[in-house]
Amino acid sequence: MKLVLSQEQQDLRAAVRSFLAAASPLAQVRRDMESPDGYSREVYARLSGELGLTGLIVPEEYGGAGAGHAELAVVLEETGAALLPGPFLATTFAAIALSRAGEKELLPGIADGSLVATYAADPGHVPNGMEAGLILLDSGDELRAVPAEEAAREPLEPLDLTRRQARVTAPPGRLVTDDPATLAAIRDLQAVALAAEQLGVIRAALEAIVAYAKVRVAFGRYIGSYQGVKHKLADMHGKLEQAESIVRYAAWAGDESPADLPEAAALAQAYVGRACFEVARDHLLLHGGIGFTWEHDAHLYYKRAKADEVLLGPPRRHRTRLAELLEL
Amino acid sequence: MNLDEYRREARAWLAENAREDDPKAFMARLHDAGYSGITWPEQWGGQGLTQAEERAFAAEARHHNLPTYVFSIGLGMCGPTILDRGSDEQRARFLRPLLRGEHVWCQLFSEPGAGSDVASLQTKAERDGDGWVVNGQKVWTSVAQHADWGLLLARTDVDVPKHKGLTMFAVDMHHPGVTVKPLKDMTGHARFNEIFFDDVNIPDADRIGEVNDGWGVAVTTLLHERLSISAGVGMSGQRDNPVSFEALRDRLDTADPYVRDQLVELHIRSRALSLFNQRLSQETRAGVFPGARGSAAKLLLAELTMFQADLATSLAGPDAVTDDGLSQAIALAPALALGGGTNEIMRNIVGDRVLGLPPEPRVDKTVPFKDLKVGTQS
Repeated sequence: MKLVLSQEQQDLRAAVRSFLAAASPLAQVRRDMESPDGYSREVYARLSGELGLTGLIVPEEYGGAGAGHAELAVVLEETGAALLPGPFLATTFAAIALSRAGEKELLPGIADGSLVATYAADPGHVPNGMEAGLILLDSGDELRAVPAEEAAREPLEPLDLTRRQARVTAPPGRLVTDDPATLAAIRDLQAVALAAEQLGVIRAALEAIVAYAKVRVAFGRYIGSYQGVKHKLADMHGKLEQAESIVRYAAWAGDESPADLPEAAALAQAYVGRACFEVARDHLLLHGGIGFTWEHDAHLYYKRAKADEVLLGPPRRHRTRLAELLEL
Repeated sequence: MNLDEYRREARAWLAENAREDDPKAFMARLHDAGYSGITWPEQWGGQGLTQAEERAFAAEARHHNLPTYVFSIGLGMCGPTILDRGSDEQRARFLRPLLRGEHVWCQLFSEPGAGSDVASLQTKAERDGDGWVVNGQKVWTSVAQHADWGLLLARTDVDVPKHKGLTMFAVDMHHPGVTVKPLKDMTGHARFNEIFFDDVNIPDADRIGEVNDGWGVAVTTLLHERLSISAGVGMSGQRDNPVSFEALRDRLDTADPYVRDQLVELHIRSRALSLFNQRLSQETRAGVFPGARGSAAKLLLAELTMFQADLATSLAGPDAVTDDGLSQAIALAPALALGGGTNEIMRNIVGDRVLGLPPEPRVDKTVPFKDLKVGTQS
């Protein structure tokens, strides 16, 4: 089991982090989320082109980098921390599915960034459904691919403006896979990928409130010196440490230990999904009134955390799955 | 040897050797097999390995009930302190006998008036010719009734601020001026003791670190304490634990959806902490010392322990308060949230040293100790 990053993984993290800090700081995130597209096509193009990240886990023979889920987790942690708007996670979900299913034709487009794709188990809530050129629909028994232009799409007005959603009515499309084991692995790997994004949200939200607690003064003292604040932050740090440990473990299982993956994936969503919302919530609360304003960034983390928590269905689903796996 | 192989070998050795035994004899066998002082330098009787191996061994040992509890303070706290801060003469004299179970050690920091604020302690050590003479009282001292040696923090100067007038000593617990009185805790057992020092002589050769640098030495000890608690060094096994996940699954009606979900919650929390501890060991192996992050792990373990005992007893119903195992578990539950630093102190440490938050304003940093209010004042 590998729970610490290799030097190459640390380098990857540093590269993605510095790219996003320059190309998509929070001020840019705000502009993009309120723009007609809802994201920056330029940032997305550079993310896929310059950095090759949409093809990170796509096998090399289909134009990708053939990297593992541990590397993918490193990248998603950064896009999560940056609250990157747009279809990067949605396309990654599709890349996971197509790579697992051994679908050859569509992967090169994803890898080179020309094809934006998405994946949904619920046609009523398709992440980045309006932006996608390809929609993968998981009916439970089978996964089908539908070109977006063949589907009727209606934009929703989601809580989290950094990740839009659409309601999709689609024709049957083309069968990608109906193999139960493949479908289960796809869903598990998506749960792990989402947990990595949530880990990034936890880290960034905690960093933001820790930084504020070091400069904001009340009653003549920095608020971070009050135990009422400090102790909450310490508890949030404990959640961050545990969330990171679980994400590393689950990503390792995705790459190296298929037998451990189902439990690791359910654990990742059950723990990290909840921890992410709690940390984002407490980070907002500790800002005081300013955290409740539109102009402050706190609500962006809070809303992303809630949207992420329910992205793969009601959170109780992950707990039920754990109960089954534990033979309770 | 990689960690997995190490763990497999440890598992095999434990399966063969873990049994009820005289604690001292067992420690000697443990040392012969290379599992005592895993992280300590070979020069001083250790194995020269890392915390990763130590934690791997501890994780395996948790499946057994090893008779090592009486040595846990020496192995987890006193020994590492002597390794870090003692002289070579002291290392040569104290460490090998500790590892082989020839000496039991206890730790003498807390006092009735100095718990969380241990630096406000009042036991004094005064110069007496070439040595020192100690008077005062210590409390919450585990295994003192078995101890041959104690790691003693005492006040050597009252005219300077409290952190600057402390010195660390090794004290011979067989000295006639040392009185050990068992202190019955809330479980009904005497797990710890009160210790009285009445003109106890300590040669200067048993002073650990510089005069008035005892606080610096104590911080080293406390860091080791939290890491060793979170790593489970010398902790008793889970095998017969009546509130373990397995025991609860067997005992409770898991057709009840609430019971199922609560057991899932226990699993989630246990896995989260266990993976965090494993990540800390892997980082240590990679050369990143966990430092104050060990306090986060210790805090999480204390909270998990209370959650688990509370869960087990509330799900079991009336049996919980008459069944001996469950009663003991709920009575013992607060121990980890108090011993080795309270949860509140752990949160202060994580806030100050991990997150770098501003410290609380303090009135006790500049005042000479003799002018400071300490203990309980009416």
